[in-house]
Amino acid sequence: MKRRTLLASGAAAAALGLTGLPALAQDAKTKVGFIFVGPVGDGGWTYQHNEGRLAVEQEFGDKVETMFVESVPEGPDAVRVMTDMALKGANLIFTTSFGYMDQTVEVAAKFPDVKFEHATGFKDAPNLATYSARFYEGRAVQGHIAGHMTKSNVIGYIGSFPIPEVIRGINSSYLAAKAVNPDVQFKIVWAYTWFDPAKEAEAANVLIEQGADVILQHTDSTAPQAAAQAKGDVITFGQASDMAEYAPNPRVSSIIDNWAPYYIDRTRAVMDGTWETHQVWEGIGDGMVKIGEISDAVPAEVKASAEALRDSIGAGETHPFTGPLNKQDGSAWLAEGETADDGTLQGMNFYVEGIEGDIPS
Amino acid sequence: MIVLDKRPQPSRLWSYAAPVLAVVLTMLVGGVLFAALGKNPVAVIRTIFLDPLFSEFAWFYRPQLLIKGAPLVLIAVGLSFGFRAGIWNIGAEGQYIIGALCGAAVGLALYPAETRWIFPLMIVAGAFGGWVWAMIPGVLKVKFGTNEILVSLMLVYVAESLLAAMALGPMKNPDGMGFPGSRNLAQYPSAANLELVAGTGLHWGVVAALIAVIFAYVVLARHIFGFQVRLAGQAPRAARFAGVDPARMVLICMGLSGALAGMAGLFEVAGPAGQVTIDFNVGYGFTAIIVAFLGRLHPVGILLAGGLMALTYIGGGIAQSNLGLPAAAISLLQGMLLFFLLAVDVLTHYRVRFAARKVA
Repeated sequence: MKRRTLLASGAAAAALGLTGLPALAQDAKTKVGFIFVGPVGDGGWTYQHNEGRLAVEQEFGDKVETMFVESVPEGPDAVRVMTDMALKGANLIFTTSFGYMDQTVEVAAKFPDVKFEHATGFKDAPNLATYSARFYEGRAVQGHIAGHMTKSNVIGYIGSFPIPEVIRGINSSYLAAKAVNPDVQFKIVWAYTWFDPAKEAEAANVLIEQGADVILQHTDSTAPQAAAQAKGDVITFGQASDMAEYAPNPRVSSIIDNWAPYYIDRTRAVMDGTWETHQVWEGIGDGMVKIGEISDAVPAEVKASAEALRDSIGAGETHPFTGPLNKQDGSAWLAEGETADDGTLQGMNFYVEGIEGDIPS
Repeated sequence: MIVLDKRPQPSRLWSYAAPVLAVVLTMLVGGVLFAALGKNPVAVIRTIFLDPLFSEFAWFYRPQLLIKGAPLVLIAVGLSFGFRAGIWNIGAEGQYIIGALCGAAVGLALYPAETRWIFPLMIVAGAFGGWVWAMIPGVLKVKFGTNEILVSLMLVYVAESLLAAMALGPMKNPDGMGFPGSRNLAQYPSAANLELVAGTGLHWGVVAALIAVIFAYVVLARHIFGFQVRLAGQAPRAARFAGVDPARMVLICMGLSGALAGMAGLFEVAGPAGQVTIDFNVGYGFTAIIVAFLGRLHPVGILLAGGLMALTYIGGGIAQSNLGLPAAAISLLQGMLLFFLLAVDVLTHYRVRFAARKVA
């Protein structure tokens, strides 16, 4: 019976003549498509999204069918891959990189019956939701540990692209490091890539040569961990995934993007017919951002205070951006006790006071 | 014992048969690879090479072949002139980027004016940008004897940095909330390179690619310049006696390939891609080198090779989502094409003989 209604609604949608595209293949299984920007074996960003996909399969078993295409360039190829999936009857499509934003909007407009979910973007539609994680909350915990652990007081940061997402992470970790170690200094290298082991290793080596004994990264490969391990006496943090193979040293903790619960929730919503568009930004409290096991390389009291910070952020008691705070140029940003609003954070294009260097533009 | 005898003339038969044999070998070895990955090799090969053309959704895939193939053909046709004359422009990727940047700059600077002259002006700017970028290695080679392979290749990385700087800085969409990437040119009617007939994938870049193929065919077959290009490649000394100026040849070949690559970039940025973004370039400039050789540096061959290469991209994507094939396997398949072509090319220039081992 259920199936028949599905068929009927599919036929009805087709009868409405939606931009001339033919009826979508409908069957009992809910089809969920994923578009990945990197290879599923990157050990970071895409790896975690794929873990989320596998969790959906695990949760719903025979009732779902997932499909994915990896290493899809952020351009016309993404339009083609998304359209292809929609034609093959996907009910829900997750596009897991910021660069798919306009493409997702374009394809979503052509397939009003298919639900789309775009990661980290800001454009939505009745059948297009956006979701992102407050990684900056995790960055604060990293910064806290980094500030305690550094002996040289130089912390290296491998930036991917100078976009709000990355700048937010730099500011958040800097403020947390500065709070526990006023002498701390950040050195930032821009790799202009999300995933390029060779470039990332090179960036890590440059930072180590400049005296950094802690490396934070906003790129997805484990190459910086390998570089730190080769050097010895340098600590790193897993990015996007746990990167536990480098624990306990050099990887002392990590930020884990935990997409699985969200993917399961949204798939269930499509099955139940309760799916609605939204824009969500979830953090440690919601479980979308997790802090990986803090290893024994970190002294017990630092570990305890880092975990306390994590729990306090998760509970909403601490906000990583709490005034008084000035921008890099000395102008006032947040007054005493004031916390940053989401709009400013989402478009963040300035360093906070104390960070040296300019944001490339 | 196998002996290779150099042929006095490259074999005509093998020069046609080699690309076909290379494709067949690629399918065979690719099939073994897919089998090793636990997939049904026949199904994978069929999905990659036939599904884009003849399947339930072929009406959607076929136009995509044009979109994917047009820049490859346009760039490869330009490169083929230089490659025939022994001038190695490896930096088409950079010229493609600069062409897109220059063309997009014109469009973005004139936003939101609406006049029909904007798009033609952008095409000129795109071609000019690619030409200038190719002139750098060209002039350096002519004036200082530098190696055009190295210089043009290195300029690709310069172009990529310039692209990132533009997407993050001067060309950033003022309404984009601080995120990188320009305005979407495809949504700006005067600058958009849209489909000429809806649903066919036919945009101005496809038209330009076809014109380039015809133009190249005529020039190579009928024009004195085509003769000089072939002569310069096959017999440089004879070419010099025949009055071919090597410096002029370098500048024309580099300029031509640069201008075509620049145009390809412009058509892409104003149409399918729409935006100047950090990751705008996806390797067309490099893949076009494979296309040029796979097509025997012949315009018609390049057209066919471009179509085949586009097929592997589209079919590769289908194979990934339908059969769960990893993306790297598709790249491997594409790389194998060139590899086998170069290997099989031995047959074009050498005769294989099975000689009995002579007793001394």
